[in-house]
Amino acid sequence: MLQQSSLTMKNVAIAGEEIESQKSRGSNADRIFRIVTASFAGAVLVILLIMVYEMVMQSVPSITKFHWDFLTKSSWDAVQGEFGALPFLYGSVVSSALAILVATPLSVGTALFITEIAPKSVGNITASLIELLAAIPSVIYGLWGVLVMAPWLQKTVQPWLVDHFGSTPFFSGAPYGVSMMAGVLILAIMIVPIITSISREVLLAVPQSQREAAIALGATKWEMIRMAVLPYGRSGVFGGVILGLGRAIGETMAVTMVIGNTPQISLSLLAPAYTMPSVIANEFAEATSNLHSSALMEVGLLLLIVTLIINVFARLLIWKVTKGAKGGGV
Amino acid sequence: MNGKVTLENMSVHFGNNHAVKNVSMDFAAHSVTAIIGPSGCGKSTLLRSLNRMHDLVPSAKVSGTILVDGKNLYDRSIDPVAIRRKIGMVFQKPNPFPAMSIYDNVVAGYKLNSRMNRAVADEIVETCLKRVALWDEVKDRLKSSAMDLSGGQQQRLCIARTIAVQPEVILMDEPCSALDPIATLKIEELIEELKERFTIIIVTHNMQQAARVSDSTAFMYMGELVENGATKKIFTTPEKKQTEDYITGRFG
Amino acid sequence: MQGMTVRHIKNHAARAIMLIATLILLTPLCLIFFHLLKMGFSSLSLDFFTQIPKPTGESGGGMANGIFGSSLLILFASLLGLPIGVLGAVYLTEFNGGRFATTIRFSADVLAGVPSIITGMVAYSLLVLPMKGFSALAGAVALSLIMIPIVLRTTEEQLKMVPGTLREASLALGVPLWRTSLKVILVSARKGVITGILLAVARIAGESAPLLFTALGNQFWSRNLTEPIAALPLQIFSFAIAPYEEWHRLAWAGALVLVVTMFTLNLGARLIGRRS
Repeated sequence: MLQQSSLTMKNVAIAGEEIESQKSRGSNADRIFRIVTASFAGAVLVILLIMVYEMVMQSVPSITKFHWDFLTKSSWDAVQGEFGALPFLYGSVVSSALAILVATPLSVGTALFITEIAPKSVGNITASLIELLAAIPSVIYGLWGVLVMAPWLQKTVQPWLVDHFGSTPFFSGAPYGVSMMAGVLILAIMIVPIITSISREVLLAVPQSQREAAIALGATKWEMIRMAVLPYGRSGVFGGVILGLGRAIGETMAVTMVIGNTPQISLSLLAPAYTMPSVIANEFAEATSNLHSSALMEVGLLLLIVTLIINVFARLLIWKVTKGAKGGGV
Repeated sequence: MNGKVTLENMSVHFGNNHAVKNVSMDFAAHSVTAIIGPSGCGKSTLLRSLNRMHDLVPSAKVSGTILVDGKNLYDRSIDPVAIRRKIGMVFQKPNPFPAMSIYDNVVAGYKLNSRMNRAVADEIVETCLKRVALWDEVKDRLKSSAMDLSGGQQQRLCIARTIAVQPEVILMDEPCSALDPIATLKIEELIEELKERFTIIIVTHNMQQAARVSDSTAFMYMGELVENGATKKIFTTPEKKQTEDYITGRFG
Repeated sequence: MQGMTVRHIKNHAARAIMLIATLILLTPLCLIFFHLLKMGFSSLSLDFFTQIPKPTGESGGGMANGIFGSSLLILFASLLGLPIGVLGAVYLTEFNGGRFATTIRFSADVLAGVPSIITGMVAYSLLVLPMKGFSALAGAVALSLIMIPIVLRTTEEQLKMVPGTLREASLALGVPLWRTSLKVILVSARKGVITGILLAVARIAGESAPLLFTALGNQFWSRNLTEPIAALPLQIFSFAIAPYEEWHRLAWAGALVLVVTMFTLNLGARLIGRRS
């Protein structure tokens, strides 16, 4: 037995020598490995920098021609070569802000329902349904928006609003269906999954001991939520809302399909409007003059700057919160 | 005295933390040396510097000299990858590769490096599993996942994996701490057998284990080597008061 | 006692409001599914998968070229994006720490938040302008730019979950770090990594904004990477906003196919992820 074993170990030793010859390559190969993977990782930074650089360079003709007028003028005329982006800025800011206003209470309410009230199974099903919502492509929201929601708004909702609130500037004018209102609603539907799922994560990260402490003091469920859960999760939920805002500002297809694409500034929610991504989507491929495409590039640059600021801010917020939670408390 | 492995004024720092302080000692070839001491005394840190596992920790710095067969382990010309084939390691918790079968785990050291002859691989698997007394238990299911084995079997598999690359030294970092008494006993018997062929250095917090398996014992405390010598002597007539206190259970 | 009742009423009111919020939120979801299934199934036929769009005014036709184009775009976007994402993540896990790694993580998060239409504009000025024409290649590059940060971050999450003891075991056997990472760490995390990749593929499969001025769309068949190519989401877009009932039906059918594909990818990703 021992003999046989030492015999076979000789074979093992031979196999060992095959490896021997490769040894010296080891640390060189590791150095190459490090350089190769580092350059792949570095590609991400390079892409970001190229992105910013390209957008800036392509915008230069428009920036030098219009200066600040670009932000304050509201005429957009490719034939005359006059480009003022104010209607798009207005459309983007108003549609996103209103969408956040609609989506936030619904999302936070739903997140609370899932984490605090619903039985576990109901909560889980609701949560996965909402995650499904997040997986639907933008163009399909747009399809539904333009073929189902807009006609419904035009025939049912907007005439009623005109009848009852038509005297206010917010609901004046003819019901078109495709309108600022349709844009706001479709955006709200689209950002709800983001805010809900981040709020849910943040609420789940609230330590159970916080809830128990409140309950032990004789708090009702709602009082517990107000005392222990919401204060704890507030900044995380806020981060989710900001991230939703970033998504809403940059959202293109669905909004383009329902907002009416008219470069005007109107207080009325029934009037068609235009957003920054929408004007790019509609005109960029067909822009004939250099100035026109440069103006569109500048709209894109503005959009990029706004979303970068929003995203950095939101990431920092969420990062702070989750890091605090991992550390075991605030 | 010239051992297989010799430490001269060896220190390990993690940033400002001086974890192992100026240790000098010899590890004799074909014998079992146990390193004992309370947790946090630096014994695992010392062990891990013997196959350059600290290379992966940027803040770790090893100073002094470690000689293996008279050659400086931390010399520029030494390839850490190659040296780990000469100095194998068995870890605290059994860590077979979960994505590999029992068979593949044994020859992992080869397979991860090169294509190998099937017949040679079969030989290695059988020999090494027999050496760790696992062959009879697993020979009918060599292709099943290593994760199906019990903890003790997994640890023996890890030892088989280690000896399959034909090391000269085997480092064991509390190899039985995650195992039950019966599995522990099997590993201890195995260590006894393995020392014929390998130089074994074992870190343990279990003094009975050190007394049972080792030929010589080193006692460490607060990063310093307090005393080392023949196991019998350390456990019966230690020279230092600290050693005596520790082995009689007065602290630690 | 009086205080107690008020508190309970408040409690019940708050609960009711949360329930109502949930129901309101789920209503459009259910409506979208309802219309998608109803309109989609009634418009779907075998022709959809075998025919290309008919000229305006003629009935029938399908989106076969869009399905093919989308597949081709996804394939090439993956060829470009997956190596960068996965190997970049390997770097972040193996050589963790340091300002460079933090910068990369942050850049990836920021890049993931850049609106996809901007990605399209950048691909336009990098490829369409120099090549003097819209092309499938530009579309694939735009999609890969969206894919990279997603794959990078999800892969890194998965690699981080592989216990460090496996890395040590492999290194202690004298296996070089590069083989350890690729053959032990990456292989151990493969299920999670594949899940992340599938989710990223699902994400780009539905993108249309970055393709508007890169791949552009095409009414006909194209197999040429330097020519404009059709894509399913683009076709849904242009058919939905066209004033023809017949085209709307095709758009619904396309939407159903797209959603089913994406849900299958998502479900597959989740199933694979769960088994690990």
